[in-house]
Amino acid sequence: MNAAGNTKLTMAQALNQALRDAMTEDDSVLVFGEDVGPLGGVFRITDNLNAEFGDKRCFDTPLAESGIVGLAVGLAMNGMRPVVEMQFDAFAYPAFEQVVSHVAKLRNRTRGALSVPMVIRVPFAGGIGGVEHHCDSSEAYYAHTPGLHVVTPATVADAYGLLRAAIASPDPVVFLEPKKLYWSKEEVDLTRPVPPIGRAQVIREGSDATLIAYGPAVPPAMEAAEIAAQDGRSLQVVDLRSIVPFDDDTVCAAVRSTGRAVVVAEAPGFASVASEIVARVTERCFHHLAAPVRRVVGFDIPYPPPKLEHFQLPSVDRILDAVEDLQWEDS
Amino acid sequence: MKSVAADLLPTDEPLACISADGTGVLDSQIDRPNDSALLAGYAALVRARRLNDQAYALVRQGRLAVYPSSHGQEACQVAAALALEDEDWLFPTYRDTAAVVTRGVDPVEVFVLLKGDWHSGYDPRRHRVAPAATPLATQLLHAVGVAHAAQLRGEKIVAMALCGDGATSEGDFHEALNFAAVFKTPVVFFVQNNEYAISVPLARQSVAPSLAHKGIGYGIPGQRVDGNDLAAVLSVLGGAVAKARAGEGPQLVEAHTYRMQAHTNADDATRYRQDEDVQAWGARDPLTRIETFLRAQGLLDDELAASITAEAEEMAGHIRAGLNTDVPPDYRHMFDHVYAQPTAQLQEQSAVVAEEMERDTTDPEADQ
Repeated sequence: MNAAGNTKLTMAQALNQALRDAMTEDDSVLVFGEDVGPLGGVFRITDNLNAEFGDKRCFDTPLAESGIVGLAVGLAMNGMRPVVEMQFDAFAYPAFEQVVSHVAKLRNRTRGALSVPMVIRVPFAGGIGGVEHHCDSSEAYYAHTPGLHVVTPATVADAYGLLRAAIASPDPVVFLEPKKLYWSKEEVDLTRPVPPIGRAQVIREGSDATLIAYGPAVPPAMEAAEIAAQDGRSLQVVDLRSIVPFDDDTVCAAVRSTGRAVVVAEAPGFASVASEIVARVTERCFHHLAAPVRRVVGFDIPYPPPKLEHFQLPSVDRILDAVEDLQWEDS
Repeated sequence: MKSVAADLLPTDEPLACISADGTGVLDSQIDRPNDSALLAGYAALVRARRLNDQAYALVRQGRLAVYPSSHGQEACQVAAALALEDEDWLFPTYRDTAAVVTRGVDPVEVFVLLKGDWHSGYDPRRHRVAPAATPLATQLLHAVGVAHAAQLRGEKIVAMALCGDGATSEGDFHEALNFAAVFKTPVVFFVQNNEYAISVPLARQSVAPSLAHKGIGYGIPGQRVDGNDLAAVLSVLGGAVAKARAGEGPQLVEAHTYRMQAHTNADDATRYRQDEDVQAWGARDPLTRIETFLRAQGLLDDELAASITAEAEEMAGHIRAGLNTDVPPDYRHMFDHVYAQPTAQLQEQSAVVAEEMERDTTDPEADQ
């Protein structure tokens, strides 16, 4: 793989390259977790890093997520840049206390005297036929915790660029990797900078309504926009990229330009990131709206087993139905 | 044949140097610290006791919101700090104020937390003392991480990680000891077993032969020490730190001691423990014990004792003066240190408070 020039890469390869490049540039970057060493991680995101950088820079730990994140806190307190892998979304929960009580709060607790820059990589969300505990959309837990940045890429270019930015960030970043996009391929130039953490991006122009999505919900939103275009409906698509910090300016400017919006996300809708987006857009853009902001989100159920998961995921049809519901007859 | 495990097991009884009444020397497996180390430890212990007494008084006066006292545990407190070199790190809990002050942190800065101004008041890097941990056992992992980072850079530092008996039931206690053992990290885990976790007695935490026995499950040597014997705690912790620094991996030390006062001022200890137990432990007071011993050995006379007490009084005066110059905490700190740079949303929210304050100062009708 060559970092310069256009290369056809999967998201998994781009993430792997981001880790490699960060480790090459900065000796303090350490990669560790469960099975990330010789195996290269269950999704191969850390492929070959153990061999290239040695066991001090990329290493397996005991199987204990609180231990992994707690160790990262101490390492970060003492000058290292840990990048830890939680093997699956639901496997990160044992680390929740460390994340919420220390990772998120140490800077605040010490009024800036201590900071714990680190990246917590979490393969998240569904769509891969995974069994229970392997498909959770856990973003709201982290987004609700002040002190964390919460980022999720939807494209191969963003996977590389956002992970590099996350590792360079002075703040702890929860980096949510949409599992079902690991094998998506793109022609990318990794040397081309991407917008920073905290910036959303309009990834498809449109004038009739705005679809707001992030992570694994972005591809179905794009597909819906494509199909709608064939029916003469022009849909704009905003990829959040960064849930925290939230880019109110880009999102609201987009909604004001069309006057209608649908938020698309995989997570259960109750008390969700999607709910927050609806609230923010409504508060800020009320007089520009021709219809209530709709959500296409997961049902409020534990993530279903593989043969039922298609009911839970935001389908193109549901997105198009929601768009159709945006009270067009009144305008 | 001696089993491999035998090297990891603690003694059946806690190690001690000085008899409980302070009058004699015990035939002990450990070396007694030299005279100057004992005297330095005694001076620190006098200060620690004065610190606890002063804080207790300040709580009663309503000048501190809360104080988890280490009265009765001061030998452990001072030894934990004195066992360390400048470049080492200390990871205290909320009950370890005396250890933090012994390490050199200004008590007025420590009390920033206890008077409710901010969550932590001192610069952790300056004295290499982590912020006092309120969640149980979580800081033990941070100690492993700090020591691991130093080890990767070839620095010969040791992290002293403190916790109580209740915290040994937490998952992070297990994970920290296991990580430290697997990575052979130079951490001394020092458990102050003071018999109670708020109201819950040790028997409800563990039926292990002792908490030091837990080390064997991780391949870590465990030691038990009489936590009210300053000489013994100094000796055992000093030895554990030396072993960790020499590359022998993590060490576990359990001190047997007693929390003479309630958990905090908000607690009522009469609901869960007997007066006679408290009195029995009072007879084993660590300060009386070392003082009796030093006088019997001819190492301490009235003149020296008076000068040490005067120093402790000076510290108490410094604390009172520090609390007298009370400056209201700055509301902007709530927003300024959530991230390296406040987000747009936090700037808006900070402005809301600024406006409210502006209104309160200009509007004569507003509540003060």
